[in-house]
Amino acid sequence: MSTIAMPTPDEAIIARKSEIVAALAAALPAETIVSDPEETRAYECDALTAYRCPPLAVVLPRTTEEVATAMRICHGLRVPVIPRGAGTSLAGGALPTADSVVIGTMRLREFLEIDTANRYIRVQTGVTNLSVSAELESEGFFYAPDPSSQLACTIAGNIGMNSGGAHCLKYGVTANNLLGVRMVLATGEIVELGGPLLGASGLDILSLICGSEGQLAIVTEATLRIVPKPEGARPMLIGFDSAETAGECVARIIRSGVLPVAIEYMDDVCLRAVEAFSKAGYPDCPAVLIVEVEGSDQEIADQIERIRAVAAELHPIEFRCSRNADESQAIWKGRKSAFGAMGRLGDYLCLDGTVPVSKLPYALKRIGELSKKAGLEVANVFHAGDGNMHPLILFNANRPGDLERAEALGNDILRLCVDLGGCLSGEHGVGVEKRDLMPTQFAPDDMAIQMEIKGAFDRAWLLNPAKVFPLEASRPHREGAATCS
Amino acid sequence: MQTNFTEDQLADPATRRSNEILRSCVHCGFCTATCPTYKVLGDELDSPRGRIYLMKDMLENSKVPDEKTVKHIDRCLSCLSCMTTCPSGVHYMHLVDHAREYIEQNYKRRWDERALRWLLARILPYPGRFRVALLGAKLAKPFRKLLPDARLRAMLEMVPARLPAPSPSDHPQTIPAENDRVKRVALLTGCAQRALNTDINDATIRLLRRHGCEVVIAKGIGCCGALTHHMGKTRESHQMAAINVRALTAEIDAGGLDAVVINTSGCGTTVKDYGHMFRNDALAEDAGRVAALAKDITEVLSDLGLKDASHAEPLRVAYHAACSLQHGQQVRSAPKDLLKAAGFVVVEPRDSHICCGSAGTYNLLQPAISVELKARKVATLEAIRPQVICTGNIGCMMQIGSGTGIPVVHTVELLDWATGGPRPSSLGQVASAESPRAQLVSA
Ligand SMILES: Cc1cc2nc3c(=O)[nH]c(=O)nc-3n(C[C@H](O)[C@H](O)[C@H](O)COP(=O)(O)OP(=O)(O)OC[C@H]3O[C@@H](n4cnc5c(N)ncnc54)[C@H](O)[C@@H]3O)c2cc1C
Ligand code: SF4
Ligand code: SF4
Repeated sequence: MSTIAMPTPDEAIIARKSEIVAALAAALPAETIVSDPEETRAYECDALTAYRCPPLAVVLPRTTEEVATAMRICHGLRVPVIPRGAGTSLAGGALPTADSVVIGTMRLREFLEIDTANRYIRVQTGVTNLSVSAELESEGFFYAPDPSSQLACTIAGNIGMNSGGAHCLKYGVTANNLLGVRMVLATGEIVELGGPLLGASGLDILSLICGSEGQLAIVTEATLRIVPKPEGARPMLIGFDSAETAGECVARIIRSGVLPVAIEYMDDVCLRAVEAFSKAGYPDCPAVLIVEVEGSDQEIADQIERIRAVAAELHPIEFRCSRNADESQAIWKGRKSAFGAMGRLGDYLCLDGTVPVSKLPYALKRIGELSKKAGLEVANVFHAGDGNMHPLILFNANRPGDLERAEALGNDILRLCVDLGGCLSGEHGVGVEKRDLMPTQFAPDDMAIQMEIKGAFDRAWLLNPAKVFPLEASRPHREGAATCS
Repeated sequence: MQTNFTEDQLADPATRRSNEILRSCVHCGFCTATCPTYKVLGDELDSPRGRIYLMKDMLENSKVPDEKTVKHIDRCLSCLSCMTTCPSGVHYMHLVDHAREYIEQNYKRRWDERALRWLLARILPYPGRFRVALLGAKLAKPFRKLLPDARLRAMLEMVPARLPAPSPSDHPQTIPAENDRVKRVALLTGCAQRALNTDINDATIRLLRRHGCEVVIAKGIGCCGALTHHMGKTRESHQMAAINVRALTAEIDAGGLDAVVINTSGCGTTVKDYGHMFRNDALAEDAGRVAALAKDITEVLSDLGLKDASHAEPLRVAYHAACSLQHGQQVRSAPKDLLKAAGFVVVEPRDSHICCGSAGTYNLLQPAISVELKARKVATLEAIRPQVICTGNIGCMMQIGSGTGIPVVHTVELLDWATGGPRPSSLGQVASAESPRAQLVSA
């Protein structure tokens, strides 16, 4: 059994399943409710498949009002609710409990408004991240935060996890690009926060929502900052003979003052899997950096020369610039498919810690040592520019005991990140995956304040209650809340 | 993904293969984004990742399939868009094929559903029977509104107004190359296609001969087995496939073959998979050989290079990529490159990776989703204002053709025209240079 526990489901709620489903069915169109045990199983996990549990039922509303109706009913019946977008979370953020109702926002897929003059787009949050940029393509704009999962993940989940991506080095993460939301509170009340125009009066509640992992509200609409597409962009591939040297190169590029739009790292294990899918022609060496610069032709050329000079001091095995748009596309397609492509090699646990960029070489070396000690292979592919590491621990899910060993190694690696001055999570969120490690980064008081904030939004502690905070710490809230009015 | 099969279950080769496939899925969800049914329905159960889960549950627990599981698997188009998208190389096709076979063997459908499937499996693969059925259906078409069943109405809607007479080029024969022979190829003349449209094979044969191919219509060749295969009717489909494997093997042994040419991409995907289909059978080796020779017509032509392609009007052609070609066979650029080389202005619609809803018998069995996908496809095609729409699969031609006034032709018809063949008759006057539409486009 896995070492991450979930609270014992409330048998009383499970016993009331038919009553709960009937209440939902009475208020919502039939095709919005999934309650057959054969069908709820497909919603038992997100992209972190090590932890699974089918929910009581799933509701798939088409409008904010339907979300509110579902939420109000669940609140009235005191049923925990798990918000779900596309279910690509790698932290188990959308993992249900047996006594919960999943409310999925994937059917809210309308593009509501595009205003290029004021540089924003308003969408329903079930649209995928990539489709926002596709919608803006003809206008010459794009939405900058680009999680590697952007083909599939939704704006809802991006807001839930405050997601980042390769190009966030320059453009910032979701929080830096979110202008406003429309959302449904735990009681079913619909509220709006922020809006297209910058305004700074009052408490910045919007910032609390971004990254709240579905614990404060269900977000149904979002106003997003959009950016004009750069004149041009060009990635280059720099290959090194060791992980440490590649890590050192990242630190030196950042120190030199050039600011590329992206610096990504892939090691040889990962490169092999990715090459098989993308056929991008990556260099065949122990560690490769993808560095992208953008601007006018002249700006691009200047930046490439500066980066070439920095890299040259470290004697790269290969230094190659993309020659055309197709090649650039293949390079990025490969990078963005890396986690998926790793499935070709077996099962893996994907971590998400950050370290200061200057500590990257040391962190990579230590991870190598920890991996050897644990006897489990670790592949590395990550957003190097901001020190956001994603060690992938390879294991065999069908071999008893392997998952536990992988988890133990994962915990060691994340503790290493915190020890080096970094954080537990760069962009994937805490979810259940890092929940029990929260005390390594936060003092009990810090967590108490965070839990009070959750309580302020959700007095009954019904929204995604078993996530983020160690169960011991959240127990009084969860248990006390169920009885509050 | 973790799986839970017992050693006993894994002793069965089909289950072993499914286990391998399931193990390679990492549940990343990328495939959901490009699945047509998920786009339309928005429920993960109607996405590849959801279906994989349903199939896993059904197979692992050796369950008698339940109605819900069957519903969601039935809704799958087998368009294989998910396979193009999957970074982990999950072979969804082999998994869903196994699941369909399992359902066919272990699930009792309602009587009307069974009757319908029985009928389709006994008519469509046989050009003679299908022609008779089409004639009957033509008579019934005016009364279709009276039918209570949407699926039967859908069938009658699809019946073309004009039915061609059987073509002499479908008979077993060897047709010599024009000029010097560079290749000897066998042509699969198809089943339903033969009854619905004889222009395609005629154009294909002219095109091949013009490019130095001796064309063999092998004796005994028939339906490739795809239609019944997708219904999970393994016995029937293997029987049909075996006939073809034997017929083509006889030709390989007799005069040698450089390729087995297929101009219905839906069949191409299946023939290319014959090796897998018969992997545990005495026919394995022959089937593997035939599969390795199977080529879409555009692959063969790319190989040969287009000759003197200066005879057609430079029409604005919307290329619709058939799923079986772009996803099933991963043939993407060849048709477009050939059309461009033939002087056409080639344009592609938005969301070109999404299915038109035809998908074999899908438009007949799942009319509601199919009609929605058709409407979306036609809208994106019309948005790019083509003079003609072209594609490499008869199913797509019928589907799109039933939703738009723009003529729809097969890629080979345009290539044949450009290299000296007749102007495709279905182009009519609509696309000629003087027509108002053409002026609209050139304006
Ligand atoms: C292959 C792969 C690559 C990835 N790469 C990246 C990457 O580069 N950067 C990155 O940051 N992440 C990455 N991720 C993680 C994941 O894609 C992101 O966390 C993403 O934002 C999740 O979006 P989703 O729509 O799938 O949300 P889900 O997984 O469904 O949910 C994520 C969280 O948001 C909450 N939530 C969902 N919908 C709502 C809503 N409407 N209102 C409030 N809360 C809600 C959920 O409860 C959950 O806690 C990757 C994942 C995979 C599988
Ligand atoms: S994209 Fe591939 S690995 Fe990812 S969920 Fe779909 S089938 Fe599984
Ligand atoms: S084959 Fe097509 S319809 Fe079926 S799951 Fe894959 S993408 Fe969806």
